[in-house]
Amino acid sequence: MNLEELPVRVNGDPVLVRKGRYLSTDFMLEIGERQHVVKIRDGRIEEIVTGARMPSWSFALRASEEDWGKFWRPVPEPGFSDIFALVRWKKMRIEGDLQPLMANMLYIKDVLASLRGVEGSP
Amino acid sequence: MKVTFEPIAGRYMNLEFQGRPHRIYLEEAGKGIPLLCLHTAGSDGRQYRALLNDEAVTRNFRVVVFDMPWHGKSSPPAGWEKEEYQLTTAIYSDLIMTVARALDMERPVVMGCSIGGRIVLHLALERAAELRCVIGLQSSGRVNPYYDISWLHRPDVHGGEISAGMVSGLIAPQSPAEHRWETLWHYMQGGPGVFMGDLFFYTVEGDVQERLHQIDTAQCPVHMLTGEYDYSCSPVDSQAAADAIGGAELEVMKGMGHFPMSENPEGFRAYLLPVLEKILAAEK
Repeated sequence: MNLEELPVRVNGDPVLVRKGRYLSTDFMLEIGERQHVVKIRDGRIEEIVTGARMPSWSFALRASEEDWGKFWRPVPEPGFSDIFALVRWKKMRIEGDLQPLMANMLYIKDVLASLRGVEGSP
Repeated sequence: MKVTFEPIAGRYMNLEFQGRPHRIYLEEAGKGIPLLCLHTAGSDGRQYRALLNDEAVTRNFRVVVFDMPWHGKSSPPAGWEKEEYQLTTAIYSDLIMTVARALDMERPVVMGCSIGGRIVLHLALERAAELRCVIGLQSSGRVNPYYDISWLHRPDVHGGEISAGMVSGLIAPQSPAEHRWETLWHYMQGGPGVFMGDLFFYTVEGDVQERLHQIDTAQCPVHMLTGEYDYSCSPVDSQAAADAIGGAELEVMKGMGHFPMSENPEGFRAYLLPVLEKILAAEK
């Protein structure tokens, strides 16, 4: 999974950064066995820490590599077009302190969607 | 300056509903068979803007769209500040039939989406003799709640933005950006707690799945259209309703989500016009 593209995509999009300007949080992006903590500061992605031994995070989005792969297709199939489609069909778990997610839902969805069709997305 | 006007007439109607004075905003276009359209939870009648402008529809149908009380340009009744808004089957059914009567819509076709797609099944069950037929968009007897709706109304989350944020994924990826964001804008403009109050009907009180088999489609035909990308009322949910009703006609709409008339008007009319043709043919 090419998560290296994520900060490039997000930080290079001024409209998206503005949308998230009041959000500073570390969230867990779990792709199968691998855990990535995405560190957001004022709407910019500061760092992504992969495989930390003692990760600390606010909310977590957990799904299999296969399902994330379907989510990140350029035009996802029905059932894979949104994180809540995955939740609805029990392919994703959202946990933790959900307030930062709920208060910034459109921003977080756009952050995740920015990887759609990126080379190296599974 | 050159401007254009749409062939839609918007008006306010003052009427007594549930024992209280209400001011209801409605839009109308066309002549012919009365077609009353119901918007989704937490939104308003602007969802049907393209239908009201579609000459292929309005030349044979008198299309009426109203904003439910608390929605769009219809205010809540006086005293609203002392109550919690919560939609129920009884209130919703009464509202639709009251509006239809007030506007002299005789045996209307009632077309509703989402909560509207649910209530038309209740109407087909309870008010069949007063209707020509119903069209259920994203229609089901029951849905599977997949998120905690209390997030839609609390002080530490912006109500308009989270309402749009929760429904954004229900729009198909293929829908044009212009219409996607127009649809989301309506959600962003909803009053505090109104979307959540509508979902009480949708997810809890308005469950009609176990009674659907009592619908007599010979008396009140049931047409159903469901977008394939909808995971709130998914094609599986609509199929379960159609199977229970027996005699209902369900078509799954490709590349379409939960708001067909609003998110992709062009795509939607290709599915709707044949249904309207059937309704016209049944008149002859």
